[in-house]
Formats: sequence, structure tokens, C-alpha cells
Amino acid sequence: MFTSERVRAIAYQALLLAAVVGIGWLLVANTLYNLSTRQIQVGFGFLSREAGFEIAESPIVFDPSNSYGRAFLVGLLNTLRISALGIVGATLLGTLIGIARLSSNWLVARLASAYVEFVRNVPLLLQLFVWYGLITELLPPVREAIAFGDLVFLSQRGLRYAWPQAAPGWSAAGWAFAAAVVLALAWRALASRRQRATGAQWPVLWPSLGLLLLLPVGAWLAGGAPTQVDLPRLGGFDFRGGRSLSPEFIALLVGLSTYTAAFIAEVVRGGILSVPRGQAEAAMALGLKPGQRLRLVTMPQALRVIIPPLTSQYLNLTKNSSLAVAIGYPDLVAVANTTMNQTGQAIEAIAILMAVYLAISLAISLMMNWYAARTRLVER
Amino acid sequence: MIRIRLAALLAAAALFAPSLAPAGTTLDAIRHRGALRCGVNTGLVGFSAPDSQGVWHGIDADFCRAVAAVILGNANKVQFVPTNASNRFTVLQSGEVDILSRNTTWTASRDATLGAVFVGTIFYDGQGFMVKKSSDVKSATQLDGATVCVLPGTTTELNLSDYFRTKKMSFRPVVVSELQQIEQAFFSGRCDVFTTDISGLAATRLKATNRDDYLILPEAISKEPLGPLVRRGDWEYFTIVKWTLFGLIEAEEYGVASTNVDRLKAQSREPPIQRLVGTSGDIGKSLGLDNDWLVRAIRAVGNYGEMYQRNIGPIGIARGVNAQWRDGGLMYAPPIR
Repeated sequence: MFTSERVRAIAYQALLLAAVVGIGWLLVANTLYNLSTRQIQVGFGFLSREAGFEIAESPIVFDPSNSYGRAFLVGLLNTLRISALGIVGATLLGTLIGIARLSSNWLVARLASAYVEFVRNVPLLLQLFVWYGLITELLPPVREAIAFGDLVFLSQRGLRYAWPQAAPGWSAAGWAFAAAVVLALAWRALASRRQRATGAQWPVLWPSLGLLLLLPVGAWLAGGAPTQVDLPRLGGFDFRGGRSLSPEFIALLVGLSTYTAAFIAEVVRGGILSVPRGQAEAAMALGLKPGQRLRLVTMPQALRVIIPPLTSQYLNLTKNSSLAVAIGYPDLVAVANTTMNQTGQAIEAIAILMAVYLAISLAISLMMNWYAARTRLVER
Repeated sequence: MIRIRLAALLAAAALFAPSLAPAGTTLDAIRHRGALRCGVNTGLVGFSAPDSQGVWHGIDADFCRAVAAVILGNANKVQFVPTNASNRFTVLQSGEVDILSRNTTWTASRDATLGAVFVGTIFYDGQGFMVKKSSDVKSATQLDGATVCVLPGTTTELNLSDYFRTKKMSFRPVVVSELQQIEQAFFSGRCDVFTTDISGLAATRLKATNRDDYLILPEAISKEPLGPLVRRGDWEYFTIVKWTLFGLIEAEEYGVASTNVDRLKAQSREPPIQRLVGTSGDIGKSLGLDNDWLVRAIRAVGNYGEMYQRNIGPIGIARGVNAQWRDGGLMYAPPIR
């Protein structure tokens, strides 16, 4: 029986499957046994208990009397906030540096190369410590903050800025801005369709800018032109009023963006170099300016090559944001760490962490794969 | 060909066999390994901190040496494992260390939920606040709106928010898990206040370039009985560690010190001292050890008073509540008999 190839193949696969399942079952059984002999609690019931600790910054209201579950939510929102802003920042900076490295200006190209080589090869944790150290050590103490008029204050406690006080005029302006964005995109789509059909080019840039500027201003005026501003005022230990960006947030954002930008720069450069030179020469022959050539001919073709590695970089940035623990930004890992210590339930907390990061990463991958599918060459 | 594959499969299965064996007791593991694995702080002067040669000093480190002397006969057979505030309990729960001697506060939830038990209290402390003198703050009630540096996952963090809630004040926390980082944040001015156990504040102040710039506020806002922990379930080991602690405290009560323990062992006629040094009674044997168990510990690290004097004395904290009960303090060891 063992001489038949098919039978052997099936037998080995069955054995391997049994071994994998067996090991998995052993691990789970061993863990549960150890937990019960040491009388460590199991289960997610701790999520509804009172947290008892304060969180330094949070997009939603959080009080020490809220539950651990809400604390995890705050951590998640902080992680999403820093990841989203980091991705935007890294992409913008990375694209600029990638293009700069291909510049015909010798100095610009060398500077960009130096930046990429240096930043890529220093561990991210060290870079975060450097940025955090720069902010807390070099900037002046709160009482001697660098002031830009009465509106913006920069000190080692972060950036404190004035913000308009909430009023109907401002929310109307906000909605008007969103509406203007939609209208501008619609106008662009209409104009490009017109151009495809008849060749006539309608102006797109100035009307869009006009919409984006005039509609919100009009709504603001209509809402009563509110000018009340929440000014930061120095009192007691720190500023009161206004909004602030903490040094932890700034250091993490800048550190993550600059680090990932170096990698994205290389991805973008590779993508641009992958477009055949004939395309650039043909564009030149048609009389397109270098900026137009890049925007209309090279980049759309380069995007096909850029998007998949770019997805990896976005995932890396999201996972690297967990280094926030080292500098004190209250992201999901920091909150989970504190919870683990207060409740002793390490396994549940780590399971939550893994599930959340997996969900975020899958969401990013899905979105980028959808975008990549749109830029793919449609072949017969 | 088939035989090679079968052999490979059997070898792979054999690799996993050792992990199927049930875990032995902690005492067996320690004796088999020949060293006590002791979880300590990363660098808290007075409790557990390495010096420039890498030798660990502090009352917690010395206690581990005492336990090693009791169980293994040699106080130097200790492997110190530095842990921070975030991973200390996981390190004990997972079995990476045999004892956590790391200025940990004894609380009900820790006894109940961590799968560990506290052996006793080695240092009675309280939580306090430290500020820069230039901030003109003289009392903890003036701290409304302050930025406070605190270690995460500690009773300090919970007591801090309780205190500010009760006093209807607000604060902004700066939470970093490494002690060195948080001291740096406080010294650089990132936060106005540093809060931890008062002994920790005194130890941290020693690291400042100018100690007179800092003031420890007079309020102690909580009880912080600091003590060692071991894993739950190993009662023989727990009893040995517990009675090592009580033995060291009772040795000070009866005047048995490292300087005279050998002489007292040879010559003393007083029953309490005879029981301590093992010349009468069978306490050592009933613990599963020999009768020299406490003598070894005292010879290695001294009695509680000597340990305190050597480690906590230099950071400038008087005996206070940590004095012997006969002197008005809280150090009261159940009798060794």
C-alpha cells in the first residue's frame, strides 16, 4: 500500500495535519492548565471594569471612571489618528524626495540620496528618541515659550495654538467646505469627460480653488461672521485654553513620517525608473513641459509599480506606531500594557492587540488592492 | 526513502517530548539550575540597581541573595533579571523568574488576579510627589492643572487619579514605562511633578545634578507596603521565602547580626537566639532545609537592620515606620519557634 504515490502523499499530509492540530491543542491545553493552577483569571469580563487611570490625550472624552473597554477604544483612536496622519505625511514627503533624487540638479539629487541612506539605516526607535529629545530638551520651558503673536506658542510642552470657538458660522463653513470639495471633484470629472468627447479644455484649477475658497467664506459670513477665538493663556503650571499638540504626538508623527518617507522615496524612484525612457522622449517630442510630463505621462504608468510596495510601507508605518510606548504617546499598545499590568490578564490583552492590528492592516491592504486594481493595465 | 522520512517525523516528534513533561516544583527547578532567578528593577537606588561593575545593590537584591543562601547555600548564586513596570508580572507569571523582588506594592487585586502571592512586607512606604523648588509649590493641594510624570501599570497611577478626583483637581499625565526615561522627562522640565513611592523619589533625587533644586512634598497620599512575590501554588517554596524574610527581621530584634552570628551559634544559651541560629529546635528541617538555613542568610546579607542601613540609609530615609515594633515601627516578625 505504501508504494502507491497517491496513498503516500495523502498519508503524509494527514500526518502533518494531525501534528499541527495536535501541537495547537497541546499549546492551548497547557496554557489553560497553567492559568488555572496559578489562579489567573481568564475571559474578557475585565473590559467592563473601571479603568482607574488617566490617559494623556484622547479624541473622545475619557475619565478614569470609564471602563477598560473605553480605554482600549481611546488607544485605538489614537493609533488610527497617528497612522492616518503619518501615512499622509510620509507619502507627500516620500514622493517629493523620490522625485528629487532623480533631479538633474546635482545638489538636490545628492541631498535626497544622503537623506534616504541615513534615515533608512538608523533604527526607528533611536530616531524617535532623537526627535523627542530635541523637543523636550531644546525647546524652552513653558513659562518662556516661543510666541507667535498671541496665537501660537511653542515650548517643550508642545505646540499650543488658538482655535476659533465653536459657533454656527464655523460649522456652516465646515459643511460648505465639504460641499465645495464634492463640487470641485464633480466639475473636474465633467471637464475631463467634455475633453474626451470634444477636445475642448475647460479651466479646472481656478474654478476649483474659487469654489473651495468662496463657498466656506460665504457660509461663514452667512452664519454671522463669528470671530471669537479660544486663546491659550499661561496660568499656573501650563497654558489653558486653545488646542495643543503634545511633544509625544509631534515626535511620533515627525519620526514615523520621515522614516517611512525614506522608504517610500525609494519605491517612488523605482516606479518612475520603471517607465520606459521612450515615454519621456515621446512626451518631450509632443512639447509637454517637464512638470506636465511627470504628471500626465510618467506618474500614471509608474503608479502601477509603486502601489504594491507602497501598501507594505503603509502597513509598516501602522505597526511601527506601536513604538509610541517608548516615548509616552497613549496608543493602543500603551493602553494594553497598562491594562495587562493592572488586571494580570496578559493573554486577553495581547489577543485584542493582535486582532485590532490585523483588522487595521487588512483594511489598508484591501483599500490599496482596490486602488491597484484600478491602475492595472487592462490587457486583452 | 520511506525510512528516512519516517525517521525525520519521529525525530521531530521526539523534539517536542520534553515540553510534554509536567513542570516540576520551583525548588526543584532552582536546585537543578543551581541559581535563583530574581526579577528586580532596572535601576532604583536603594532597592535594586547595578553599579558600574554590574554588581546589583539594594535591599531587594540583598533579599534575593538571602533566599539563595537559604535554598542553595551560596548567596552569589543569583541571576538578576531587570524588569520594568510593564513586564514585571508577566515575567513572574511565565516562569522566567522564581521570585519578583522589585519594590512592588502589596494589594488585594494583585494577590487575587496575578497568579502570584506576596511573601510579606520588606519596606512600608507611601506615595508622594516631587517638584522643582522654582515652581513655588509647597503642598500637593496646589497641583491643579499640573503635568505629572508617572510609571504605567503601577498603583501609583491609580492612586494619582483617585487623589486628583477626590480633590476635584485635574492633571495631565506623562506616561513612560522606563524609569530612566521618566526621570529624564522630569529633570528636563517636561513635567512639573514626579510621583512614585517616597523612597523612589529620594533615590531619583540623588541622580539630579543639583539635589537642592527639588522638593519632596509633605503629603503621603497612600499606603505602599513593598514586598517580594512568588508564584501561587508552590507552598513549600512560598513558606521558605516567607520565613526567610521573617527570620531576617526577627534576627534584628534579638541582636543577631552578620558580625556575631557565628559566635552566637557556637556560644549562645538564650532560647530565642538558639532557635534562630538552629542550635535548638527543628525549624530548618520542618521547612525542608537544614538547621543552618537562617545562619547562612544572616552571614551573607546581615539582619534586616543591617540590610536597611547599608541600602536605604544612603538615600536618606529614616527608619520611621520601618523600625522594629519595640521601637514604635511596623516591623513585627511572627516568632521562629
